[in-house]
Amino acid sequence: MTSATRSSVIGTLVILTVPVVLALVISEALGIRVVDRIATIFCINLVLVLGLQVFMGNSGILSFAHVGFMGIGAYASAVLSMPLQMKGMALPELYPIVKAIEISPYLGMVVGGLVAAGVAAAVSYPLMRLSDAAAVITSFALLVVLHTIMVHWHQMTNGPRTLFGVQSATTLYIAAGVAILMIFIALIFRESRTGILLRAARDDEVAAGAIGTNISNMRWRGFVLSAFMAGIGGALWAHFITSFSPNAFYLKETFVILGMLVIGGAGTVSGAVLGAFVVTAAFELLRLIENSINLSGVLPTQLVGLTEIALACAMIGILIVRPSGIISAREVAFPDALRRYLPGTHFTRPKQSRSADEGGTQ
Amino acid sequence: MSQLLQFTIDTLSLGSLYALMALGLVIVYGILRLVNFAYGELIMVAGYTLYLLSASPVPWLFMAFTAVLMSIFAGIATERVAFRPVREKSVTAVLITSFAFSTLLQNAALLFISPRARVVPLPDVFSQTVEIAGAVVPLRNILTILCAVLLLAGFALLLKKTVLGIALRAAASQFRMARMLGVPANLVISVAFAISGFFAGIVAIFWLGRIGSVLPGIGLGPLLVAFIATVIGGMRSLLGAVVGGYLLAFIDVSLAHLLPSNLLQFRDAFTFTLVIFILLWRPDGLVRGPATGQRT
Repeated sequence: MTSATRSSVIGTLVILTVPVVLALVISEALGIRVVDRIATIFCINLVLVLGLQVFMGNSGILSFAHVGFMGIGAYASAVLSMPLQMKGMALPELYPIVKAIEISPYLGMVVGGLVAAGVAAAVSYPLMRLSDAAAVITSFALLVVLHTIMVHWHQMTNGPRTLFGVQSATTLYIAAGVAILMIFIALIFRESRTGILLRAARDDEVAAGAIGTNISNMRWRGFVLSAFMAGIGGALWAHFITSFSPNAFYLKETFVILGMLVIGGAGTVSGAVLGAFVVTAAFELLRLIENSINLSGVLPTQLVGLTEIALACAMIGILIVRPSGIISAREVAFPDALRRYLPGTHFTRPKQSRSADEGGTQ
Repeated sequence: MSQLLQFTIDTLSLGSLYALMALGLVIVYGILRLVNFAYGELIMVAGYTLYLLSASPVPWLFMAFTAVLMSIFAGIATERVAFRPVREKSVTAVLITSFAFSTLLQNAALLFISPRARVVPLPDVFSQTVEIAGAVVPLRNILTILCAVLLLAGFALLLKKTVLGIALRAAASQFRMARMLGVPANLVISVAFAISGFFAGIVAIFWLGRIGSVLPGIGLGPLLVAFIATVIGGMRSLLGAVVGGYLLAFIDVSLAHLLPSNLLQFRDAFTFTLVIFILLWRPDGLVRGPATGQRT
């Protein structure tokens, strides 16, 4: 990494931590539970979206399997960190070896990420040869396989039923800290050798192959890192929500995470951050409205699904207007962002523009 | 002997349904090279149309006809909302818009109708059984097979003999060239979606005939089936979709007979692993489609 890229990465990192810090500060200043909750959810979502961005943004391949890895991380961390006396009640059929283990939830989060990455590393290598529709369908198939296993492996996951008694460990500070760390990792990966080659392969597979890129291998690295981040995100989520069932890690969650990334812009880390911020805020606000309408009993029936409908419309709308999201190709950068707001100057970027970035992949 | 007959009819009727599901998906994929994630929701639309009409005094056949019509309409709507505006921009964008549209339809059903399952009206024929050579067979299974055979034959004729069919096949094999020769792109794509909706509507009638009720998430099962069947058979070949459908039904029915019950619950995991392997072994599926050019 050249010193110029390094300074621009640091500049971007500084800007991108602003929403996270903002969420933290607002929550501390107000001291309202709901705000704290939303801020924490934002940070967790951010970790998940960044995980997806690392693979999807750099390789240009739509992946559905991501939420499956989130589930792996969540279950691994939840089960390993569960207090010994709880295990007998929550998971009566648990294997004796696992039953004897109790680790700290923070260690559990790391282990959750590692387990997810391990599974991804083991199963995904052959899948990385595929691109376009075949890649999408296999990742979809992988999600279904992972979900089916989660639903039926009742020794580890309590089957389709809710798993209770997960330790509550995710505070806003921890979630925010992890989120900032993940922003850093995603930015570094983007500018790393692997990240650059991966993006080269995304823009032109043949040309990238011609300069000697081992495309499958680069994709695989991105995928494993992405699964690691998803696993940690899942573990954070598990220790925040404390009781969940396999259905939490299926198409609905996939849709939300994918929606955030797509609206923000999959090609950039900035897009992922922006998307997570905007969508979480809108989503939680709509959900609050939905819940208060339901509680007040103004309507004869319960409102369900309004939030998802709004998100779906926003996604379709954004994609029609800007197919590669709000921030499509260029990361927000420190000096530009400042200079752009000066009156009367139309700052043009001296660097060569990467026009291929704009159109997505073909 | 009667067991073998039972097995054959089970496989054939399930296979017919699967083949129709797969055909509906692959007709769109063949032309656009894009997976329509909202395909399952077309089935849901037909199901809810039946449910909404159940209170009315019209005969059942009319309800079924309306349901299929609504499904066709929903198919065309999918194209208008999720495909046409982004078709030429990015592959990923279209996949995501169709996924979003699927969520949109599902949640609309959730919001406006109910999250709970609703019973759909079915004619008496669907619950009767007949006895053939000692095997007791539900009449609806025979009907499914007959209907599928008729539809497949009719569809094959349409593709081989009519101008529309030739235009569809031309578009599926060389979309750009077909456009240059005067095949109107938007029309062909709309027709493909209408046909997709038509198959979804027919599938919905027989699929609901098996389960008896409709709920917002009903489309996922058929969508997954259609995925597997097309992948096994060949994503670009209509014949492949049909072959894949019957083959998948054979695998499903056999697994249901052979697997011990504690493994049976993992059947989906088994079949999807099979899909991944088939895609790795032959990324084009078992039946190779016509040589293709670029999309759009």
